[in-house]
Order: sequence, then C-alpha cells, then structure tokens
Amino acid sequence: MIKGKFIDNLPKVYGIYTGGFLVFIILMAIAEQAGMSAKLIGIFFVAFTVLIYALIGWLSRTLQVDAYYVAGRQVPTVFNGMATAADWMSGASFVAMAGGIYFKGYGYMALLVGWTGGYVLVASLLAPYLRKFGCYTVPDFIGTRYGGNLARFCAVIVLTVASFTYVTAQINATGTIASVALDIPFGIAVYVGLASILMCSMLGGMRAVTWTQVAQYIVLIIAYLLPVFWISSKLGAGFFPHFMLADEVARIAELEGQFGFVKNSAADLATVPKGLAGITKAHSSVNATPWAFISLAVCMMAGTASLPHVMMRYFTTPSVRTARRSVGWSLFFIFLLYSSAPMLATLSKLSLIDPTLPTGIIGKTIAEVQAIDWYQNWNQANLMFISDFNGNGTLELNEFFMGGKAVVLATPEIAGLPYVISGLVAAGGMAAAMSTADGLVLAISNALSHDIYYKIINPKAETAKRLIVARVLLVLIGFAGATIAALEIQGILGSVIWAFDFAMSGLFFPLVLGVWWKRANAPGAVAGMLLGLISGTAYLIWVRSGGSGFLGITQLTFGIVGAAVSLVSMIVVSLITAAPDAATQKMVDDVRVPSGKTVLAQK
Amino acid sequence: MSKQEQHWEKTRNLLFITLAIWFVFSIGIFLFGAEMQESSIRPFGYPLTYWFTCQGSLAIFVILIFWFAGRQEKIDDEFGFSEREGDK
Repeated sequence: MIKGKFIDNLPKVYGIYTGGFLVFIILMAIAEQAGMSAKLIGIFFVAFTVLIYALIGWLSRTLQVDAYYVAGRQVPTVFNGMATAADWMSGASFVAMAGGIYFKGYGYMALLVGWTGGYVLVASLLAPYLRKFGCYTVPDFIGTRYGGNLARFCAVIVLTVASFTYVTAQINATGTIASVALDIPFGIAVYVGLASILMCSMLGGMRAVTWTQVAQYIVLIIAYLLPVFWISSKLGAGFFPHFMLADEVARIAELEGQFGFVKNSAADLATVPKGLAGITKAHSSVNATPWAFISLAVCMMAGTASLPHVMMRYFTTPSVRTARRSVGWSLFFIFLLYSSAPMLATLSKLSLIDPTLPTGIIGKTIAEVQAIDWYQNWNQANLMFISDFNGNGTLELNEFFMGGKAVVLATPEIAGLPYVISGLVAAGGMAAAMSTADGLVLAISNALSHDIYYKIINPKAETAKRLIVARVLLVLIGFAGATIAALEIQGILGSVIWAFDFAMSGLFFPLVLGVWWKRANAPGAVAGMLLGLISGTAYLIWVRSGGSGFLGITQLTFGIVGAAVSLVSMIVVSLITAAPDAATQKMVDDVRVPSGKTVLAQK
Repeated sequence: MSKQEQHWEKTRNLLFITLAIWFVFSIGIFLFGAEMQESSIRPFGYPLTYWFTCQGSLAIFVILIFWFAGRQEKIDDEFGFSEREGDK
C-alpha cells in the first residue's frame, strides 16, 4: 500500500485526513450542544486520534531494513518538514511553553530563540552532509567517519544518555494528558501512553513513525492555533493575534505598574500548593542579563544540532538537496506554533488580570472568584489557587497562583470557548508528546540494534533477525522510560533542557568537526565525546549538590562546560595523534560533494 | 586548485555568511536587549526586543535557511555537483 503510489498521493491522503479531522471536531461540537458530557468528549478526542495513529502505524508495517531505519529514503521535503516539526515539538513545547513565557517573560524567551536558531546550524553544518553519508543512525556516521568500534560505542552512550533523559519527560507528558482526558490514575496512564507510542513505531519503524508524525503534526497545529485565534477574536484583541496584540502587551505593562509586584512572605508562600506560581516578572520587559539569555539560547541551539532524533529525520529524504530544504520547512512548521505561544501567554494573562474584562479576577472579592465555575474546576485539578494573604477580602495580583500547564489547558475555558476546544487541546498535547516520544524511542533502539548489535556484536545477522532485535529493544526502551517516568523525578521542562545539554556536551563538536575538519581523528573524537559528557555531567552534579558554579553557568546551561571541554580535548588529542588515513580523508571529500552515491554505498 | 577545492571554498564562504547572519539574530542583538527595548522602532507596535524574541529572530531563521539552501544549490549547480535523479 505504501509504495510509490502512496508517496505520489500524499497531499490527497493528508488533505482527506485533515478534512476528516475537522469534520470530527464539528461533530463533537454538535454532540456537545446535544448534551454530551465534557468528560466523554475528552475521551472521544484522545481515543479517536490515538486509534488513527495506531492504524497508520499498522498500515506502515515493514520487513525491510531500509524502510525500518530510514523510511526507504523517499519522504518528500514538505512532509518530512511536518514530521520533523512533530518530532521536535514535544509535550513540553505544547503544554508548558506558553506557561513558561507567561511566568518568566524575557528570560524564558531564550528557549524560543534557541530552539529555532539551532535549525540554522542543522541546515548549514550537518544535515545535508549526513544525508550524503547515507547512514542509518547518528553513531553510524561517527563510527564510520572516525573508524573503530570505540568511537561508535561512545556515540551510542551519549545518544542514549541525552535521548533517554528526554524520553522519560515525554512519556510523563503522555501520561499526564491521558490521565486527565481519560480520567485514569497517572501510574496506569503512563502505560496507556506507552502502548500508544509503541503501536505507532513497532511494526514499521521509521516509516511508520514518519507517517504518524505527519498526522500528529496536523492535529497538534490545529489544536494550538484554533484556540489562539478564537480567543483573540473573542476578547476583541484582533482576528490575527500575531500582528495585533501590541495594545494588549502595553496594557499588561500598564496593569503591572498599577498593581506592582508585591513580594509574598515565605510563610505565605508555604501555603501555596507545589508547582503553582504567581506572576512575579514583567510580561514584556527585558528582565534577564544578556549572558543569562545568550548562554541559554546557545545551549539550546547546539543541543538542537546534536539531538539524534531530529538529525535522523533528514536521513529519510530522497536527496541532499531535499534534506537541506526540508530543514527550512521543518523550521517553518515549528515557527507556526512557536510564534503563537507568546500570543497565547499574552491573551491568557490579560484575560485574567484586567479588571475591566468580564473574565478578569484581580480586584474581585475572594468569595466572588471562588464561586466561578472554571476556578473551581482548575483549583480541583491543582492548577489554580488563590489566598487572601493580606486579609482585605479582595484578590490582589500576588495572591493568585497558577500552574504553567494551565495557560494552554485552561485559557479556552476561561475565555468561554465551548468544551470541544478543551478536548481538542488534549488531543493536540497527546499528539505532541507521542510524536516526540516515538522519535526518541526509535533513535535509541535503532542505535542499539544497528550500531551495537549489528555492527559490533553480530555483523553477520540476517535481516529478519536484525529487525526482531530492533523491535525487542524498542519495547524494552519504552518500558524502561515509562517506569522511570512513573517515578516522576524531574519536571517535564527541566529534563527536556538537560537533554539538550547532554547532547551538546558529547556530540556537537564530534559531529561538526567530522564534516568540517579533515584532521579530526578517532582518538580525538573519543576524547571529545567522553570528556565532554563527563565534564558536563560532573558540573551538573556539582551545581545540583549546592556548588556555586562559575561564569554564571547554571544547571540549565551546563552544556557550555561540556562542549568547551569537548572541543578543546578533541582538537588537542587529534593533533597529538596520527592524522586520519587517506581513505578517511577521501571519505570526507565525498561527503562534501552532493552528487554521486552515498558514502556508505560506495564501500 | 581542483574543481572540488573551489566548490568547497565557495561552500565554506557561504557557511561563514550564513553563520554571521545567524549570530547577529541569535546572539548579537541580545547583547543589547535592554537598549533595544527602549528603541522607537516598534514592529507592529511591539517593543523591539520583545518582538525579536516572539517573531523577528524566528522568522529571520526560517528565511535564512531557505536563502542558504538556494545559494548552496547554485554553487552545486555551478560545479556540476548537483544530484541528477531523485530530486523532488
């Protein structure tokens, strides 16, 4: 079914799919009017979309190595862009990003700049060259370019550390959403999430993940943009919020000046439920030092260029040229969501704090706010909290607390949108978390099955055996991730940022120099990967255990330490050991020319 | 200089230009975040630094990648290093 003919019909297939999804939304809206309960709508949305992904996963099943690892290298540019965008935008981007902007303002915006700017590095430094290389996995490139199983093995270690940190956060997010939407306990919901993730990837590997990710992108972008545009119109802020919210931003600044940021006492704050925060930072003013902003942005950019689940998406395009263009499309599709997040944060904040709006709660009496339906709902969900610290009976700005997720999850309800939108948002969050988890689990298990099992342990393994090993590992990795996610050690966003720092520490320079510096050799790369990862991790542990750190580098930017050590050690060790042999140098030359066969195919 | 060396030199120059533009909009301007915020240039009415973090830099990156891809394709064509089949 999914041969040439399917590829040619992609726009039609996904056009019908998008239309079908819109019809489904309308049907749900009608059902809501007819009296269907909110809970049932939520269940329908999540169950229906997940079943569709599972169906796509089943239809894309394959017994071919090329299809399993790189989707047969025939994914067209624009569709690969969509798949990458879904692969990239995680549950954290979808659920937590607008909340982060809402609470932290400018200091948080470094993540937006970093998570988009990184794609310039991907396009210019790496993606086209790795595509020309023709590898199946990122360690495949490292192992072949530098030669030797040690380099390959080190790359697998870095990849596993970074991706595994990331994947637990994603499985955690699928669990959170599934538990809210389906109304089941978190401990069980995590495994429901895992089952859906595995259904999408197990039978068809990269091919299945590709086509489900495109479907997931369509769901998540509709689920994000529709409420933003709707809320904006409803509040009278303008029909195209991105270009029309300047007055609202100015109004928030005015209100902030009027209310002032009153600092709460530690005793008062101790009564606020864990995970909730008040508005303590100005919405649009520059509230971080240049270094704090830039260091975080740099870590996210270098991390983007080193995270294997993103890089391997560009192995699936038909050519080097399409790989390059595909990076542009990826960023375009990401841009659609990222540029909307600050708008949602603005709309959410203004609708809550402006006393002249009907939804505004600041300045109302405590009893009045406590009587509002949506306040009661979200208070029960442990995402909203008010307390009359100064005992004057009126709600002040510093007496209102909210969870970061509430910005995306609760704003539609606060603005008075029908419940069908909340169901849609849940489906979107699920799509975002699932698509990223799929990509990550596949990146890890592919590296283990291809690089460790096939290349190092058993190079004579037949195709059928390789694919069985790959699938068994996929399930094992998934279960390990879910088990750790169920423990809820680190918050969703924290572990996401760590993943970037780990990837940057160990892989950024070995990858980049592999293409751009012919003199780089195996001992240098091994030193770069190991010392980078070790020093970055050591710095993280030191700062976490109360160390003061240096140069203003925090536990969120430890990748700077790791990458610096990685770069220096890689250059020094490369220079004091022998230059790579002529065959390797020739390989680098071939990588730099787009035409001709892939480097691995020539061997 | 061989054809391949010339191709690589042009490719490298394009990389430097691309990275210079990237540097300005991802790092350079944020050295002056506080100063820019006070600027009277206000795209769509937003404060300047705020706008760059919300839309400006992000949109410039998108355009930059497509521009880069176009230029690199020209360089590859010039030296006859473009792929012949499979382009979609």
